[in-house]
Amino acid sequence: MTATSDPSAASGPPPAAGSPSPATTAPRRRERVADVPLLEVQDLTVRFGTEDGVVNAVRGVSYQLAEREVLGIVGESGSGKSVSSLAVMGLLPRTALITGRILLEGENILEMGVKEQRSLRGRRIAMIFQDPMTALNPVYSVGDQLAEAVRSHEQISKKMALSRAAEMLDLVGIPRPVDRLGSYPHEFSGGMRQRVMIAMAVINNPDVIIADEPTTALDVTVQAQILEKLIEVKDAVNAAIVLITHDLGVVAGMANRVLVMYAGKAVELGRTDQVFTSPRMPYAAGLLGSMPSLASAGGRLRPIPGAPPSLINLPPGCPFSPRCPLVQDRCNSEEPALYATDQHDHTAACHYWADLADREDPTSIFRPTAVVAE
Amino acid sequence: MTTLPPQPITPEPGLPGTVPPDPVSGAPQGGGGVEREFTIRAMTQRQLVTRRFLRHRGAMIGLAVFVVVLVLANSAIGIFGLPGWWGESYQTTGEVVAGGRMTLDLLPSFADGDGVALGNHPFGQDNVGRDYFALTMRGAQISIVISLLVGLIATTLGVVVGALSGYFRGWVEGVLMRITDVFLTIPLLLIAAVVGKISGGGPVTLAFVLGLLVWVQLARLVRGEFLSLREKEFVEAARAMGASSARIIFRHILPNALGTIIVNATLTIAGAILLETALSFLSFGVQPPDTSLGRLISDYQQAFQTRPWLFWWPGVFIIAIALSVNFIGDGLRDAFDPKQTRVRA
Repeated sequence: MTATSDPSAASGPPPAAGSPSPATTAPRRRERVADVPLLEVQDLTVRFGTEDGVVNAVRGVSYQLAEREVLGIVGESGSGKSVSSLAVMGLLPRTALITGRILLEGENILEMGVKEQRSLRGRRIAMIFQDPMTALNPVYSVGDQLAEAVRSHEQISKKMALSRAAEMLDLVGIPRPVDRLGSYPHEFSGGMRQRVMIAMAVINNPDVIIADEPTTALDVTVQAQILEKLIEVKDAVNAAIVLITHDLGVVAGMANRVLVMYAGKAVELGRTDQVFTSPRMPYAAGLLGSMPSLASAGGRLRPIPGAPPSLINLPPGCPFSPRCPLVQDRCNSEEPALYATDQHDHTAACHYWADLADREDPTSIFRPTAVVAE
Repeated sequence: MTTLPPQPITPEPGLPGTVPPDPVSGAPQGGGGVEREFTIRAMTQRQLVTRRFLRHRGAMIGLAVFVVVLVLANSAIGIFGLPGWWGESYQTTGEVVAGGRMTLDLLPSFADGDGVALGNHPFGQDNVGRDYFALTMRGAQISIVISLLVGLIATTLGVVVGALSGYFRGWVEGVLMRITDVFLTIPLLLIAAVVGKISGGGPVTLAFVLGLLVWVQLARLVRGEFLSLREKEFVEAARAMGASSARIIFRHILPNALGTIIVNATLTIAGAILLETALSFLSFGVQPPDTSLGRLISDYQQAFQTRPWLFWWPGVFIIAIALSVNFIGDGLRDAFDPKQTRVRA
């Protein structure tokens, strides 16, 4: 499956007129290999050995990321969304057992040497972390940190690196960027720091940006600005984004496609509009039903009962079956694969996805709360 | 890193029009900016630390005393072959004048004294007529050299071992920490005494021996710091930027642990002075004809009853050096402690 939608469909406004193009000093984009997806994850599994047993954090996840695409990965805590992307970054601890293939333009990252992997990080795959308060080193000025990000991959003078740093700060909308190069992280607000993180992620003109809950630590008004800026910057450097979040609103606004994860597996994958309007997997439907929205204001939320299973000893069958209102005998014995559904490029891991397709409102399979939260 | 001028809070008038901008340049006259906003320049960590340190009274007194001792000892008898202003050498023997009494007189004439004067032998003379002031100065020189060297060696070793074991963990940590455990169990003074004696007791050798023995404490502290710092998100962010382990250790983690390291280095130095004194007192330290403060005390311990100045002067200098370095360390510790209330101008 490839991205069928226009990559800029869900993106924010185009870059503000007059903002300098990063292409002036940034390295030229590499020639793209035709017909090979930018990033392809094939049957990725990640296991951790713990005292209680082996934790199957990721149990066979596959997805593709096209150029300039925004792929949202949603799921609750412990669903494996962060671990799978840390595997792509090569940032998992050595105790993690990783199998499967992670292909960046056809080359398997997992088979590369340590040095090769390191040269990819920050240069071709960059990461934006959740908490900008702690992701910047408190003892260095912002300019130093940005310049170092450049200079760890390119042999250029500090002065050149700093001038690119200033350009990037300007790109992410930090006023008086040249003056701010000498400022320290604690002199910035949370939103500004996250802008700096974005600048640091894109300063080497990466192909893929992994944003791990980039707005979770920010307050709501700042969130929207940061997301808008992220899209704007992504368009400026022609990068694709893997956006990890548990905020469905963020995904709806930004992502071209959505991957829903549950208990270490991909349970639904499709275009954002498909997944949001016609989910084909009960868990995805449950997520949508448990999200308050303005459209259903005054109505009741439909929470998913129960809690996600432990990843140490998963029983056979669909991991969602204990919580699923559509559960049948087959669900307890046979774990569903990702089935093609009635919609193009939309797959769901449910034996009975057709039951959901028959309903007008798929979220109605869950019962609403008894008391309305005012 | 750029050091910004200490410029704590410069509240500029917040309302446009309350201060007329300079008609010529548009710049404000009050040393701020014309921006119509409050310009609050937060101080950098370094500025905060410097400021707190400079305001620590004990540390400032300690620093002053230490500098005075350092300058006095080195200028009086000279250093690196350069002659000092004090004419006597600590090695020349001579005639013992007036029973080797001190000629230093601090009582001014109006207070019934003979006037402030150094005399020929301000700290007196020893049995063979050597000038005791020159001897004490030489002792201070050697003691300071040894303690600084010990501080340097112990800090380097401790930081490297601690950083490696804290950062890499696993078998590296296992091996290095077992080695430090072994060093902890060694009766330090005994080993230093034996090795010092065998090696001939030159001050540099002695410093190396002591340094090799006292780094353990710092290694454990640095390891602890690294264990907590390596889990910080900025370290992971650096890794995500493709930084190598060496770069992460030296550029990202070490500067964050610098406070602990500096403070403990000073405390090690203070400890080393006392350690050297103890060793020399047991006559295992610096060997004659050279001398150190501990050696002087040891040599003239019998004279305490009859010529107490031979005992007191080196003692005073030991106390002055050890105390002043300790106070400096205290000041640094307080300065680096982020829990301190912020001091502002």
